[in-house]
Amino acid sequence: MSVKVSMKVNGKPASAELEARTLLVTFIRENLRLTGTHVGCDTAQCGACTVLMNGRAIKSCSIVAMQAEGADIMTIEGVAKPDGTLHPMQQAFKENHGLQCGFCTPGMVMNALDFAKGHPNPTEKEVRESLEGNLCRCTGYHNIVKSIMAGARAMGGKI
Amino acid sequence: MNAPLIGVSVQRKEDYRFLTGAGQYTDDVTLPDQAYAAFVRSPHAHAAIKRISIEKAKTAPGVIGVYTGADLANAKLGSLPCGWLITDVNGQPMKEPPHPCLAQGKVRHVGDPVTVVVATTLEQARDAAEKVEVDYDVLPAVVDPVKARGTKENAGAPVLHDIAPDNICYVWALGDKAKVDEAFAKAAHVTKLDFVNNRLIPNAIEPRAANGSYSRANDAYTLYVASQNPHVERLLMTAFVMGLPEHKVRVIAPDVGGGFGSKIYLYAEDVVVTWAAKQLNRPVKWTADRSEAFLSDAHGRDHVTTAELALDKDGKFLAMRVKTTANLGAYLSTFASCIPTILYATLLAGQYKTPQIYCEVTAVFTNTTPVDAYRGAGRPEATYVVERLVETAARELKIDPAEIRRRNFVKEFPYQTPVALQYDTGNYGATLEAAQQLADVKGYAARKEESSKKGKLRGIGYAAYIEACGIAPSAVAGSLGARAGLFEAGEVRVHPTGSVTVFTGSHSHGQGHETTFAQVVADRLGIALEAVDIVHGDTSKILFGMGTYGSRSIAVGGTAIAKALDKIVAKGKKIAAHLMEAAEADIEYDRGVFKVAGTDKQKAFGEVAFAAYVPHNYPHDKLEPGLNENAFYDPANFTFPAGTYVCEVEVDRDTGQVSVERFTAVDDFGKIINPMIVEGQVHGGLVQGIGQALTEGCSYDAAGQLVTGSLMDYCLPRAGDVPSFKIDTRETPCTHNPLGVKGCGEAGAIGAPAAVMNAITDALGVKDLAMPATAQTVWRSLQKKAA
Repeated sequence: MSVKVSMKVNGKPASAELEARTLLVTFIRENLRLTGTHVGCDTAQCGACTVLMNGRAIKSCSIVAMQAEGADIMTIEGVAKPDGTLHPMQQAFKENHGLQCGFCTPGMVMNALDFAKGHPNPTEKEVRESLEGNLCRCTGYHNIVKSIMAGARAMGGKI
Repeated sequence: MNAPLIGVSVQRKEDYRFLTGAGQYTDDVTLPDQAYAAFVRSPHAHAAIKRISIEKAKTAPGVIGVYTGADLANAKLGSLPCGWLITDVNGQPMKEPPHPCLAQGKVRHVGDPVTVVVATTLEQARDAAEKVEVDYDVLPAVVDPVKARGTKENAGAPVLHDIAPDNICYVWALGDKAKVDEAFAKAAHVTKLDFVNNRLIPNAIEPRAANGSYSRANDAYTLYVASQNPHVERLLMTAFVMGLPEHKVRVIAPDVGGGFGSKIYLYAEDVVVTWAAKQLNRPVKWTADRSEAFLSDAHGRDHVTTAELALDKDGKFLAMRVKTTANLGAYLSTFASCIPTILYATLLAGQYKTPQIYCEVTAVFTNTTPVDAYRGAGRPEATYVVERLVETAARELKIDPAEIRRRNFVKEFPYQTPVALQYDTGNYGATLEAAQQLADVKGYAARKEESSKKGKLRGIGYAAYIEACGIAPSAVAGSLGARAGLFEAGEVRVHPTGSVTVFTGSHSHGQGHETTFAQVVADRLGIALEAVDIVHGDTSKILFGMGTYGSRSIAVGGTAIAKALDKIVAKGKKIAAHLMEAAEADIEYDRGVFKVAGTDKQKAFGEVAFAAYVPHNYPHDKLEPGLNENAFYDPANFTFPAGTYVCEVEVDRDTGQVSVERFTAVDDFGKIINPMIVEGQVHGGLVQGIGQALTEGCSYDAAGQLVTGSLMDYCLPRAGDVPSFKIDTRETPCTHNPLGVKGCGEAGAIGAPAAVMNAITDALGVKDLAMPATAQTVWRSLQKKAA
């Protein structure tokens, strides 16, 4: 069974005829070729596939694309300014060495954006708790925590 | 003239692409006419294959190819090779059973690949794979290495390979047993412990992936693969499995999302997609899902050990005796054989002057996923043995654990250990003292009191580790059984206007080589960092490479680049001498400028480069145009990073929950190029080490089913499970490479488990406790003690 799915991705309309079982992450990666959103586990454990759906961080491997019908999706490719300037959260990851291999990074940044909206000046404990759904195997989290604390302060509660 | 760049925390060149989603990992590469592979894997740990029925799969929608082990045998694809030959104590070579890419008649672990289905879409391939019917005759399985090894007690244990009827791959020993036994007989005190070094599943967050393609026009293959060493992958695949000439195979390891050892090896899937691409004349891509990663990525550790330390009455170490059974899993993975031997027993001297050491290792096949190097690879197992013994001995003899270490430290260098290695340099007292200060060991008693008031137990533990990085030299490794060289290659291409592209055989999958190596180049040439780019991971661009593992990249790969840079400067001097009409001997190179000594005559690096490529005024009779040099560097010795870790834990008496309250690491990595990147490597290693100690334990049931087969069952540490770290460094430069560097990638994972377990056993007041020290394990220990 195929279905027509339409949504907005990074501010642009995107639609396709898809098999009903197509995951949102598959639509993003394979149909739109936005390969910054990664698949690390297929079971909603690692968070590498995190995107913003209507402003909330969700795991795009765990919903089918048609559940995002009409939604406003933001992926890592839509975070920097159009001129390429990094968003303050991305900049904070760079300055604090909050990434190594880069594979979990898009999910970390997307999750952090959602978290920082409500936490303009978070504590280390709050940040660590916010990372419950995101795994990193490289950094030991130390510098990710520093990055998110700095990024959240720089954002001042606004994406 | 540019500022020095060594020892500077430069922000990483690679970050922009990763932070904007522009990284290119293997699964991100989709080629024109791309087809997709799905593997049918054994659901049984041990079974004979009676029949494979592929008809229904073949006619399923979108399917273009279905292949079994018989097809690969007909095509004369060879067995996956092992890169290190260990010789048994009886002088015989280790048993090397065949390791087919798709099962031939028998499966030997859950996840063993049996059939591959290739289809137009991934979903079609997976759907069709469900239609492959395999009739198995299920056989008894054995997963415990001690129960598998051929002894009288284990008579009748299932046998995996005809070639090894006792399931033993080899028995190997190092050291003088008679002298060790003699020392034990005279010892005032003997500390003995039994250990299980728990099996770990690496879990790089990027699953393994491979995308093979074939060009009829060029009769050539290209393989994109998540690999730590594309040249080694190509060499093993072409020469040993597929029988292809290397120049017809290009292996590209693009951005790779973490490796930790698990992406060193040549895997069956890599060969199968490459081979299938030619059969189908279409590119074939396979990406592991996490469940496949759990079943098919090489696992790590899995030792069962009895170890004893003999001491005199003052706590001086007299001898160490270690007996280990190492689980190799169902087949020999690429470097499996050297991990529990060459990279384990040789590290048992630790930081100490233990005069006699004997270690015997029995390596055993079991019905489990193959085991190979995982971050640290043998060295964490050795450190765990040494540092748990030392801490326990200190407690038994009522000597302060720092003091017993100080009394036994190696203080004079070079130091020849009784287990083959020669340490070139170190200052173990300095890292211990710094760690004690930074950890505020003096304030520990007060913190313990505070914990006690809250009703919690508190413990402190040390680990003073040593590791051997940059395994070398090739000739020595060869004499010990290595079937590969252990050098590295680098090429420095200076462009006509003076910018530089460097090609390295090292591979970066998180380590930040694009930045660190560029710092080395820019610093040594005295040019801007922005003028240097590093290229890695493509056999068609890089002349050769042994890749990245064993914390070797800066010490071996970085030095190869430094050697090539020396040649660039030497040639530049000849060109500059000609341009300035001076004697070559009078030319000095000083941070980007060729000068005639004692004069104000000079030429910038860029001017000399330009002259090399626009050679109008050029010494053609003596010199070729161009400025491009390469170097191969084969180190004279290992490097020996070392350090001291101090861990403090709090234990909840009611739940058994352990919390790492403070963790301090002081490491000596020799010269450091980029402190920020080095700190990041330490943080990551520490959390993998803490994971081994507290949360990660691979578990098979008796039938050989992997119980911890998902991220919901196998507990990778999350941000809330670990603290922030206090870290610092001390520096004794490596004496035998020009950069003075040692390597830092594995230290954390090597030192942390012993520090954590020493702290927990201190808190609980018990001699031993199994890893991982989960709440249940700790709670049981508390109950046992109370009873």
